[in-house]
Amino acid sequence: MVMDRPRIAANDARQVEVERGLTMEFGRDTPLLLDCGVALGPFTLAYQTYGELNADRSNAILVCHALTGDQYIAGTHPVTGKPGWWSLMVGPGLPLDTERFFVICINVLGGCMGSTGPKSVNPASGEVWALDFPVITVADMVRAQKLLIDQLGIEKLFCVTGGSMGGMQVLEWAAKYPDKVFAAVPIATAARHTAQNIAFHEVGRQAIMADLDWCGGRYLSEGKNPDRGLAVARMTAHITYLSEPALHRKFGRRLQDRHSLTFGFEADFQVESYLRHQGASFVQRFDANSYLYITRAMDYFDLAQEHGGKLANAFRDTPVRFCVVSFTSDWLFPTSENRDIVHALNACAADVSFVEIASDAGHDAFLLHEPEFSETLAGFIAGCAEHRGLNGR
Amino acid sequence: MSALDVASPASAATGRAERAALRPDLALIAEMVAPGARVLDIGCSDGALLEFLAQERGVTARGMELSQRNVNACVTRGLSVIQGDADTDLVEYPAGAFDYAILSLTLQATRDPRQVLEQMVRIGRHAIVSFPNFGHWRVRLHLLFHGCMPVTEALPERWYETPNIHLCTVKDFIGLCRDCGIEIEEALVLNDRQHRAALNTPHLANLFGQKAIFRLKKD
Repeated sequence: MVMDRPRIAANDARQVEVERGLTMEFGRDTPLLLDCGVALGPFTLAYQTYGELNADRSNAILVCHALTGDQYIAGTHPVTGKPGWWSLMVGPGLPLDTERFFVICINVLGGCMGSTGPKSVNPASGEVWALDFPVITVADMVRAQKLLIDQLGIEKLFCVTGGSMGGMQVLEWAAKYPDKVFAAVPIATAARHTAQNIAFHEVGRQAIMADLDWCGGRYLSEGKNPDRGLAVARMTAHITYLSEPALHRKFGRRLQDRHSLTFGFEADFQVESYLRHQGASFVQRFDANSYLYITRAMDYFDLAQEHGGKLANAFRDTPVRFCVVSFTSDWLFPTSENRDIVHALNACAADVSFVEIASDAGHDAFLLHEPEFSETLAGFIAGCAEHRGLNGR
Repeated sequence: MSALDVASPASAATGRAERAALRPDLALIAEMVAPGARVLDIGCSDGALLEFLAQERGVTARGMELSQRNVNACVTRGLSVIQGDADTDLVEYPAGAFDYAILSLTLQATRDPRQVLEQMVRIGRHAIVSFPNFGHWRVRLHLLFHGCMPVTEALPERWYETPNIHLCTVKDFIGLCRDCGIEIEEALVLNDRQHRAALNTPHLANLFGQKAIFRLKKD
């Protein structure tokens, strides 16, 4: 392992700021064997930590980020200048209290915020990987994270948590390394990606690949970027993160900076303007090929299939304490999918709590100010800390 | 869901001091539970019994509760509770998963009490069941003299608003256990002053017991 700056495409000026973050290199001597059969190495993982690791290294919480998230969960994001994606949840006195816990978030393998992904340089060729990058899975992401946690000298994580794809990683962690995880909080997630979710991802990927500036994936070498395709992918996906009531509440049929319809195709409606803005700002911080790879990893996720077709097999005799959380208006990862996880855990008499939070914010609710969610998470973490003997600092 | 639970939702937020005032029927249930056991409290309401058992008896405590609001309150207190329905969700658990499966003042509100009871003695080495006794003398007199469905301290709702769709007497319950081949290990009743009543015959228990508590098992 070598502490090093991430190797990123030289022509991608947007990412220079990222180099200030923490990174570790792995796989130089022993490559990581991926599910697709490729041995990957060397590769870099970029990560951030918050709070301090205690003397016996028992207070570490690993937060796993979602599809378009990254390792900047609290503080100011170095690229966007906005607060980290879970700054409502991670910080002094917050549910993931950085005065008590050492919180770690790692940019996933295949990501574009400093970890090795399709926009990194392939050390074998000296070229940007692009579509030569191997297809990775959620299990691969977790295998890579495990290497970093080992390097930090953390024998057992106090808690692993995350929403959406982050929740998939939580489930994978608990299933693969039950003795390395004390508590697991999968949020707004599923043990398998549904046909509907694969379908939405495919629309996003097709939008990217239909953009001529995608150049068969080699846009970085060509000095281009498939901004339009990636923006459309983001716009489509963003709708799935909300809910009809939330869209209605936020926008209704209100017009954008005008008093009447234009009888054209400008963004007449506020909701159109909002989505265009979401698309345009997303392309400033995200790599199109990473979007293809990470959506694919989610599509491939099926924890039951990895365990003989029965989800309960993934958790047999698990010592992990689980708290599964869903949101009433989340139709992307609905309560029923989360409840399937609970049913499987019950079938092995696992220690599981399950809460459904009433919210009209849709899938995005786990990122937003939802007091009942914060209180529940704080209560569960505090209860687990008591069982783990982590009282005070 | 405890259909007859009179504890206010606010009690979920209160702490250690309140545990002294564990509801009398719950205190009797707690006495039946061996220290260090694995317990599933079905219909655990605000988690008062679970918290008492975890703190005072060192049990591994889990709960199932119908009301999402109560579930969230329990999890916020650090208890392991899931949202679930006794009628449908007990089948998921493996046999012998717990030392005790507890159902307090909820059996009468289930759709299929017999099925629930059978599931309890399957997933628990022991089952502990409490219910309001419809054979209590006040209930009998109420029906006899008023001619309408009894409304008593233990059964406060009127017939059209009560969740209690399968009320039974102590005698009825003993009959169901016999029909199911379930062994009664211990039986207690609370009188209408909420005192444990020493009633040695089923007949007297059925007449003077306001609430009944049974510890059961099936080999």
